[in-house]
Amino acid sequence: MQTNPERFKENVAEALANPGLKVAIRRTTDRAESKRAAAIQNFPNFEQAREQGTRIKDHVIRHLDHYLARFERNAVASGAVVHWAVDAAQARDIVLDICRRRKGRRVTRAKSMLGEEIGLAQALDDAGFERVETDLAEHIIQLAGDPPSHIVWPSMHRTREDVVRLFREHHRNPTDSVDIADLVDSARRELRGKFLSADIGITGANFLLADSGSVCTVTNEGNAELTTTPTDVHIVTAGIEKLVPSMAHAMPLLRLLVRSATGGEITQYTTFYTGPKRRGDADGPGEFHIVLVDNGRTRMLSQGMAEMLRCIRCGACMNHCVVYKHIGGHAYGGVYPGPMGSVLTPNLDGLQRARKLAHACTLNGRCQEVCPVQIPLPKLLRALRASSWEKKYEPPVNRQAVRGFVQLARRPRLFQWFSSLGVLGMRLFSRGGWISSMPFASGWTACRDLPAPGKATFMSLYSQQRKSGNGIDQP
Amino acid sequence: MAIDRVNQGVLRVGLFVTCLANTMRPSVGFASIKLLEQAGCVVEVPELQSCCGQPAFNSGDDEGTREIARGIISTFEDFDYVVVPSGSCGGMIKAHFPDLFLDQPGWLDRARKLSDRTYELLSFLVDICGWQPKGVALDATCTYHDSCSGLRELGVYDQPRKLLSAVEGLTLVPMDRSTECCGFGGTFCVKYPDISNAIVGEKVEHVLATNAQLLLGGDMGCLMNMAGKLNRENPGRVTAMHTAEVLAGMAGDFLEGRVLNADKP
Repeated sequence: MQTNPERFKENVAEALANPGLKVAIRRTTDRAESKRAAAIQNFPNFEQAREQGTRIKDHVIRHLDHYLARFERNAVASGAVVHWAVDAAQARDIVLDICRRRKGRRVTRAKSMLGEEIGLAQALDDAGFERVETDLAEHIIQLAGDPPSHIVWPSMHRTREDVVRLFREHHRNPTDSVDIADLVDSARRELRGKFLSADIGITGANFLLADSGSVCTVTNEGNAELTTTPTDVHIVTAGIEKLVPSMAHAMPLLRLLVRSATGGEITQYTTFYTGPKRRGDADGPGEFHIVLVDNGRTRMLSQGMAEMLRCIRCGACMNHCVVYKHIGGHAYGGVYPGPMGSVLTPNLDGLQRARKLAHACTLNGRCQEVCPVQIPLPKLLRALRASSWEKKYEPPVNRQAVRGFVQLARRPRLFQWFSSLGVLGMRLFSRGGWISSMPFASGWTACRDLPAPGKATFMSLYSQQRKSGNGIDQP
Repeated sequence: MAIDRVNQGVLRVGLFVTCLANTMRPSVGFASIKLLEQAGCVVEVPELQSCCGQPAFNSGDDEGTREIARGIISTFEDFDYVVVPSGSCGGMIKAHFPDLFLDQPGWLDRARKLSDRTYELLSFLVDICGWQPKGVALDATCTYHDSCSGLRELGVYDQPRKLLSAVEGLTLVPMDRSTECCGFGGTFCVKYPDISNAIVGEKVEHVLATNAQLLLGGDMGCLMNMAGKLNRENPGRVTAMHTAEVLAGMAGDFLEGRVLNADKP
């Protein structure tokens, strides 16, 4: 599996040539779209809730320094150990150091996109730990050796038929059934013993509560709780943008998150972790570590990308994206796919490497319309294009074509003269009113015809009519 | 208030023709003038007009876009209203021009004033002129594609439906996913033709499923994209047309192949 945004065009070609992939994607996105629509229909004042969610996130982003310090103070007071990681490498090192110091062998992980972002899975494997992905979908892609293709349903590119095959191949006590409940049982049998015998549990965070130092996770499988409760060490890796001032602020965002992600009202499990096991607690980890990761976030803040830090990772933008729905998540070649990924990947991996993603969008605005925190994704993608233009990352041939166009467009008479010439030229290729191939137009005509233009442009017809005093009726 | 001025016949409207109407579909320009005049406006078509700047803007060339935008602002700022038979080009002027000049107070002010007075044609006819077509008949079934910029940047959704409901004999068959992008996306369709093709392929399936004779919309780019795909794979089944052409009573001519293009004079 090639995951590289520089190969975007090649990745797209592979994805479009895979008919099974489209089937797999649509099973998930169609359902996600209709369930979200129903959930929002039943939610009074959803627009007001979006507005509130946006204000909460913007407030925290504006006062990030204050809330980070407050979170650290309160987390430490509850007995947690707070670590700061400036980038992915430092975050990995912090986690690996804890695992090594505790002489852990088996490490369970609950699904975390931040974990993917910092390359934690690979780092744990390379360091020789037995990594157990406990989210069902993550378990599937761990068996398949795939990266996630969606931030909520990481294995959505796999069909049920794929899962049956993978489980038969890898589970010690597999089922012969193709029934989903039996497949889930098979995964449960496989994972349950590992949960109970793990040394270290690693989760992400959906929210960090500044006023209590608590960490919130949401899951539908309870795997985060099973990852963090039996182990003696719980490590949280979280992006610094996950902060909210308090529980009262987490709640409205939770309501937005779940409806936007799955169309549910609340996830099966919503857990707040505050500090390690205290005296008298029946269970819980003896050590509780929180690794706060920047990895480009403060840079985004300073580069006009602050609105992207509102993102609560619901996946609605990709579920509603016409491009994502055709090419799936892997084609984007970054950790985060779809519209939000097309903004994040150039920020995380470098614009020069990932500039094609900024262009992989029709700017139709649907993502912004469904975003629970109103992130202006088309505006941000356009800003990345502008930045790529300014830094001269755009290929010279594109730059010259656009520059040439601008020079014409700012001289209306010349522009109209060229327009008339273009019309005449195009008409040479017209057959029965349609153009099915024409030089420099293969991008268009490879898959569709072009309606042939009329004899003259509107502007010349209009000026002829004005001169002959015929009024403005169509000739 | 605007409606009073329309009734007094003093409203000067500058028509921004758009590149695609100018080159590919002049009848959209003529239809626009006809409708605006029926709605009581005095229409002028300034000679010094070209493109709204989207190809440069969406390629990241902000400075080039500003050069184009300054020309448009200078040409059109003296009109009471600027009307554009395209949600996408109208959205460029209305929603994006001011953002281009955030660092240039003088131009920002002029861009904002122009933005306030710029409208997409169909929404202008309904929202500002309070106009409804009279005596237009077309015995046909049509379906409607809601182009993205008009829909999401300018709030164009009900207005074309309201106008079309006044055309006698015309039946509008709703299309599944009518508000989903057709894959045109301006330069997108040539930057990523494979993705664009996949998207428009699915869009025309929805068009064909309506069994409508006519596919209507308010943006030539999207209409050409869908029409081109329909003609390649299902020629002769659906005719694509700008809503203004139908409202101006030109649809019959098009359906009989009289003025669609000069190959069929």
